[in-house]
Amino acid sequence: MLKILKYSFFDLIRSKWSYVYFLFYLVISSSLLYLSGDISKVIISLMNIILILVPLIASIFGVMYYYNSREFTELLLAQPIKRTNIFLGQYIGLAVSLSSSLLFGLGIPFLIYGIFRSAEIWNFIILIVTGVFLTFIFSAISFLVALKNENRLKGFGIVIFLWMFMAIIYDGLFLLSLIVFKEYPLETISLTLSMLNPIDLSRILILLKLDISALMGYTGAVFRKFFGTDTGLLLSTLILVMWTVLPVWAIVRVSGRKNF
Amino acid sequence: MNRPNGYSGIWGLQMGLLLLMTFYSFFCAAGTVKVDQNGKVKTIQEALAMSGSGDTILVYGGNYSEGTILIDKPLTLIGIDRPIIDGHDRDSDIIIIASDSVTLEGFTIQNAGTSYIKDLAGIRVRRKNNFVIRNNHLINTMFGIYLEKANDGKIVDNQVIGQAIEEVSSGNGIHAWYCKNLFISGNTIVSHRDGIYFEFVESSQLVDNISRNNLRYGLHFMFSNNDEYTNNLFEKNGAGVAVMFSKNINMYQNTFANNWGSASYGLLLKEIYDARIEENIFDGNTMGIKVDGSTRVTYHNNSFENNGWAIKFVGGSYDNKINNNNFISNSFDLVLESARNNNTINGNYWSSYTGYDLDKNGIGDIPFRPVKLFSYIVSRTPESMVLLRSLFIDIIDFSERVRPMFTPENVMDHAPLMNKVVY
Repeated sequence: MLKILKYSFFDLIRSKWSYVYFLFYLVISSSLLYLSGDISKVIISLMNIILILVPLIASIFGVMYYYNSREFTELLLAQPIKRTNIFLGQYIGLAVSLSSSLLFGLGIPFLIYGIFRSAEIWNFIILIVTGVFLTFIFSAISFLVALKNENRLKGFGIVIFLWMFMAIIYDGLFLLSLIVFKEYPLETISLTLSMLNPIDLSRILILLKLDISALMGYTGAVFRKFFGTDTGLLLSTLILVMWTVLPVWAIVRVSGRKNF
Repeated sequence: MNRPNGYSGIWGLQMGLLLLMTFYSFFCAAGTVKVDQNGKVKTIQEALAMSGSGDTILVYGGNYSEGTILIDKPLTLIGIDRPIIDGHDRDSDIIIIASDSVTLEGFTIQNAGTSYIKDLAGIRVRRKNNFVIRNNHLINTMFGIYLEKANDGKIVDNQVIGQAIEEVSSGNGIHAWYCKNLFISGNTIVSHRDGIYFEFVESSQLVDNISRNNLRYGLHFMFSNNDEYTNNLFEKNGAGVAVMFSKNINMYQNTFANNWGSASYGLLLKEIYDARIEENIFDGNTMGIKVDGSTRVTYHNNSFENNGWAIKFVGGSYDNKINNNNFISNSFDLVLESARNNNTINGNYWSSYTGYDLDKNGIGDIPFRPVKLFSYIVSRTPESMVLLRSLFIDIIDFSERVRPMFTPENVMDHAPLMNKVVY
């Protein structure tokens, strides 16, 4: 598995899209830092970008990579290698290469700017960690979708729809249900609903770390009380881990049974 | 025939009296009594008994605890090397000023105790005028300085430091009740219930004070008219300043910063008429200004930065002018829900304005609607605040801005500025 992981990783690292992705973050974060100079504000702006773009890019990249490397996968399948190793190796190689683009693209400008001497270091770490989690989650989902659908167009369609659902439609339904049921106490419901969607969960984690919660009035206080505690943080990390592990487990299962 | 003589007689008597008084003040009134724990006069009480009107009492460094000190003559008390007057938590006032023209300067006054029944005070001024309270430290006195029906006083450069934990068992830093013409300047007030409390106080000025970490309000006006506060700093209080049921209050160049909490404001206005709010800075508050009924109030040249809500109006507010302010990076710039609106909003700078300025006159060519749909949703279902900064919310805010359906249509700035207001 390690060999395949390494192969996938270096294969992707060499591709021009990884560089474009890396350069994109490099340019965005360094120009934001240069223009604004306030690390906390830059982190908020980056948060908006990361929450939308990371899942989108990870989804599209995942599908694309699976379909493109299909012939190579078939070649590997002919060898005496365990299926699990092949697909997991490919997936982890993909996720790691995307994450490293993100990590270096954001990390280098912040390092040069002196993040380690700043009080915002923990907020930055949260931003990076959620970004990496989102990469792992959405590339796993897209890999799974691609694995299940031989038809490329259908695969792309489903992945784009899933992204749109998580990033936009979910919040719409969420808001709608809050408005419809506003006569009832909604704190627990809204807490649960926001924890079920990895994008929402990441957004809230970053916002609460950034002290914006203080600006959110009464509800902000409720959320801060939950997410601010160690249990809250542990639970939300656990849910992000679950979101990663579940699709990966499905990849293992589906790939084991699939006919090529 | 005798009338001129009569006049001259009275005249002579008056001159004589005047002369006598001058002599009196020369030889007797200018007396100085020195209080020193190693000297002849050892206690302040003794010195008070010895001295006559207009005397000066110099109190040298040391620890004086003499129960309640009652000053009932026009005296000047000056502490040298900051003598300590300690109340030892005996649940009584420490100093009572019960005479006109008393000056109190340079003392540390501490430990009045805590009472749920009495309003204990470090310095109490009781129905007398022309007092000066300068450069004292008041530490752990339930109420720092308590003025009741006291006029024409100066309270300058004091430090009032409390230990308030809960509202019921704590007092106000400077408490004024039925006063006129006060001048309160350069004081630092920390950890009380209200930093400064004004009830029925007229024509008074508050300048350069710092009010911080108070449980309720940094500064609190009730039923007080024609007052002015300028260049004060209000920080980390339950709420910065509350102005309630008052008329003609001027608020200039103050800073309201970091007032955080689920019900926290930089400035709270309740039933206010004819006030002027100019050149203030509101930075990092949960709510910059919460307005619950304001009429004919001018908001001019203020800066609102990084607040949750910059200005939130609830209840009827009419004839207000919101002109030439900066609204920068607030989650919500303005919340104004009443359908009927005759407030003027004009020529402000909004950091969330996305319009253009083709004729380069510094004024945006398309009007700006500061009221967001999301703020309307949040005020109805507060839990939806969870969705702050999500893409969906940005999308519906945008579409609402293009064609308002829920937010009041006529609330807009017709001349939004392209650059920050500089004043």
